[in-house]
Amino acid sequence: MEIYLPIAQMPVDPFVLLAMGGLVGLLSGLLGIGGGFLMTPLLIFIGIPPAVAVATQSNQLVAASVSGVIAHWRRKNVDFKLGTVMLIGGAVGSAVGVALFAQLKALGQIDLVISLTYVLFLGVVAALMMIDNFRVLVLHRNVVARRKLHEHTALHRLPLRMRFPRSRLYISALLPFAIGFVGGLLVAIMGIGGGFILVPAMIYLLGMPVGLVAGTSLFQIIFTTGITTLLQAVSTHAVDVVLAAMLIVGGVIGAQIGTRLSHLMKPEYARLAHALIVLAVAVKLTLDLFTRPENLFSVVPLGMQ
Amino acid sequence: MIRRLLLLLAILALGTPARGQSLTADLSSHIIGITTGFVGANLTLFGTVDKAGDVVVIVRGPPTDIVVRRKHRVLGMWINGSSAVFHDAPSFYSTASSRPFSDLGMTPDTLARHMIGLDNVKLQTADPVAEPAFSEFRAALVEAQERLDLYRATPVPVTFLGEHLFRADMAFPANVPTGTYSVQIVLLSGGEVIGAQTSSLIVSRIGFSNGVFNAAQHHAALYGLGALVLAVTAGWAASLVFRRG
Repeated sequence: MEIYLPIAQMPVDPFVLLAMGGLVGLLSGLLGIGGGFLMTPLLIFIGIPPAVAVATQSNQLVAASVSGVIAHWRRKNVDFKLGTVMLIGGAVGSAVGVALFAQLKALGQIDLVISLTYVLFLGVVAALMMIDNFRVLVLHRNVVARRKLHEHTALHRLPLRMRFPRSRLYISALLPFAIGFVGGLLVAIMGIGGGFILVPAMIYLLGMPVGLVAGTSLFQIIFTTGITTLLQAVSTHAVDVVLAAMLIVGGVIGAQIGTRLSHLMKPEYARLAHALIVLAVAVKLTLDLFTRPENLFSVVPLGMQ
Repeated sequence: MIRRLLLLLAILALGTPARGQSLTADLSSHIIGITTGFVGANLTLFGTVDKAGDVVVIVRGPPTDIVVRRKHRVLGMWINGSSAVFHDAPSFYSTASSRPFSDLGMTPDTLARHMIGLDNVKLQTADPVAEPAFSEFRAALVEAQERLDLYRATPVPVTFLGEHLFRADMAFPANVPTGTYSVQIVLLSGGEVIGAQTSSLIVSRIGFSNGVFNAAQHHAALYGLGALVLAVTAGWAASLVFRRG
């Protein structure tokens, strides 16, 4: 059985999409990640045009982050004030990102920029996570308790300081704004939620309590992915709702199974698995960038007349 | 005599409807509708000829601009460098023939004029591109289109039922581009074109998939909002199911 995707303008097997959504959902539930950085390459791999993959992925992430935030909110694990400052930065970031995406697409360099940002961000994050895993699993040190509560760095001297009672922080509002901005940029350019970069930034740069990080980053991801979906729909017309619907259904089922299985897995090992997956994707993309491609040519129709 | 010949050539190049009634043909349908369950379509072309001869059918999709980019090595990385924009390239190309093109006895000029065979598909760049780059870009375009099953090198058979009646079964893949197609039917005798007819075919989205496409194109903001509502509702519903489960 095949179903025709109206925007991607191609037929696909719906079970392949359900399985992909389910697999990425399973990993996201199991490891507590968004999984966008896996889904976009998978969609491109099965032949979905990159522009459609990125735009549709942002729509699917809205659903995933809404259900995630509701779960965290029930446990009171969301700092709405800090999240709001982040999402203002995120809104600006995704607007800049969508404009940049259109510009780079016209120049024919969007693939390169997507690859390079993936390699850069995934590589750095994978390295940081591997170091942490090494500390925890080999040296048996706790990751998070490293930083003292009132350690002051250059980041604390920035202006516009603001109190965030839920996180017990008194920091410059520019910090969460900047983190949100980068997150918004990544949603627009890479079609990912950006959780893998937001979460470590919130822990290490803001010094936020770990328990609040996942819920708060998801809270801001709802808005950046939502705004990006709207902007993509208006500027590139590349959001495919039929594709999104199938990914959402698969993702939701996968995430439920994953969350249940996650109780069987020690958090250290979940983090290690997460780091290894991020590392694998970064290595694969780096290799792709530096090895001579089988086909040197890419052929893109500019649209019917 | 020469003027007459030139006129004849001009008429041929324009692809006139049946000349001298030597050829009459029609498609089983002039519309292909793409629905949500679309898996491709088959059309049958029927026709009659006055005199026995060879019949060639050339189907071309709506013209489109296609950009071909070549990757170059920069700082060790393979990134898109030079490019060529092909103007008004056929988005689809498929043929039928009563015998292999090489056995038709046609001169290279006549083959080229009627765009018979992949090598003769008219592909021109918007800005001039020097050789050998042009041939490389052209070959890359043809290869990519072939991989998508949008260009087909080998013709499907035109079969004669008796001496005058012929038919050809033309297949269109599920990823067939939408728009107006031209179907050209040529009658040959001893390698010379003695009759030609052009007919058109419309490929268009219908029903649900057409509604979604039009909404995304013409009511983009509303469509985006709809997509958001769908996603938020799905996420919320999932968390409800999850809590009860």
